[in-house]
Formats: sequence, structure tokens, C-alpha cells
Amino acid sequence: MLTLTCPCCGITAEETEFAPGGEAHLKRFGPDSSDADFEGYLFARKNPKGVHFERWRHAYGCGKWFLAARCTATLEVFGTYAAQTHKPPADLIKKIKAKRPEWEPQA
Amino acid sequence: MSDAVSALQGATHEGFVTVAEAGLVGMLSIRCDLTSKTLLKALKAHGFPKPEPRQIVEAESGALAWMSPDELLLICDHAQAAQLARTLSEALEKTHALIGNVSDARALFRIQGAKSDQVIMKLCPADIAALPTGEMRRTRLAQVPAAFWRSGPNEISLICFRSVASYVMGLLEISARPGSELFETASPSS
Repeated sequence: MLTLTCPCCGITAEETEFAPGGEAHLKRFGPDSSDADFEGYLFARKNPKGVHFERWRHAYGCGKWFLAARCTATLEVFGTYAAQTHKPPADLIKKIKAKRPEWEPQA
Repeated sequence: MSDAVSALQGATHEGFVTVAEAGLVGMLSIRCDLTSKTLLKALKAHGFPKPEPRQIVEAESGALAWMSPDELLLICDHAQAAQLARTLSEALEKTHALIGNVSDARALFRIQGAKSDQVIMKLCPADIAALPTGEMRRTRLAQVPAAFWRSGPNEISLICFRSVASYVMGLLEISARPGSELFETASPSS
């Protein structure tokens, strides 16, 4: 079971209190983009075994969205951070690198 | 105008603790930037200090709870709710804020007794034993959202949506049935 800490209200709770929102840090391709880019934005998702960045919503709590970094294989949560972040924060990447030396952050 | 009635009209169940619907209670939902000086001034006029995350504070005119980074819940007398909503709306007229009178959209329950923690423990994923006094905990009660806090020694107050009040009463009543206690003492450590 996942235990997440909501950065908006500070509550640490298990996953049934939250609602998953899929992959984080997607770049939107809207009107005027190429068909391939738009299809990629709509459907192509990473499905890694290991470090993954996700969107979550504290649905039964404060109701706010936030982002989380976790390991899909062990369910270890490396950290949670504000939804208003375009890239994973540098200190979080450092923390993940320390725990998973073989992992490389993707651009 | 028709008379206001609460969701379950004060229904009460006796188990290893007493579970009761609290009757008519006034509740105002305040949506605003919580650092807004106008808001803090308006709250101060009613005797409320600056709301801290997840805290609920009692004052003469009621209680004020922090619900999310941009939401507060003011619990007051049902008869005064409409007037209080008007006063606050006027005070916040020039601020980007919303005051909603949600008195008749919510239900309030009181769980009274030394083992009241256990009733909630069975229904929520939250760590009830670690819940400090003065904290408003919003979480999931079986299948519905709820919020509760320690409103006194051996008492927990719980708020849910009115539409699910009878469901919540069913949960609490079954959870409080005699013989279904989790431990003999009030909490596992004591």
C-alpha cells in the first residue's frame, strides 16, 4: 500500500484517501500541433519499472492536486511536491539518485 | 417559510458509546486567500485568530476550522448563520472571496464516550490514536468524505454531507454496537 504525504495540508495518509491522476509533467500539444504530437500527448504514457512521477489528488482530504515521485516496483515514495512545478525539484532528483544510482532523470 | 430540520432530527443510538446527530447547526464555507488581511480582520471581528493549517479553534461565536489551503469552515448557531454570512460577505466585498451558507447541506454527529476513538478507527484510514486535540481531520469514512475533530474529553464531532447522513448514522451505529469494541481500554496504549 502506498503512503503519501500531501504537501498542501501536510497529512500523511494511505492511498485510498487519494485519487490517482496519471503521469506527471506531460507537455500539452493542442490545436496547431502535429497529429503525432497530439496523439502522443493524449495516449503515449511511460510505464517504467522503477522511478515514476505521478499526479495525485487528496480527494477525501483538502482536495488539492500534487505531484509524487515513487518506485512502481517497491511502492517506495521518494517525495511529494507542489502541482505548480514544471520539473521534478533538484533536491528530489538528488535523493532519488542516492537511492537508485542506475536511474537517469529524463529530459 | 417552512421550518428548518436537521438531516436526522437528532437521532441517537446507544452502544458502547453514544452516537447522536447534533440537530441544527450553522455552517459557513469560506473560500478565500487565507493570508488576505481583509479576511483576517473580518475573522478577528468575530473573535477568531488567524487559522493555522488543519487547526480548529473555538471562540464565543462558534468554531473556525481550516479545511484546505483556501477554505475555512465556520461552525455557528443555526439561527445566526444567515446573518453571519451576510456580515462576512459585506466585509469581504472587495476581496476575491466566497461565503456560502452550507448549514442545510451538512450534518453534524457527536460520538460521546471513553471509547469513541474506536468507533472512528474502524471506519477511517486515518491514524486516530495520533490525532491531537484541536486538529480537524478530513478523511474517508467507509465510502464517503467526512471531517472530524476532538471536541471535548471523550467526544468526537463529525461532519458529513447531508445527503449521506443516514448512511453515516448506519455506519456509526453498527460500529458502536456493544461487544464490537477493539480493545478493553480507551486506546491500545492506555
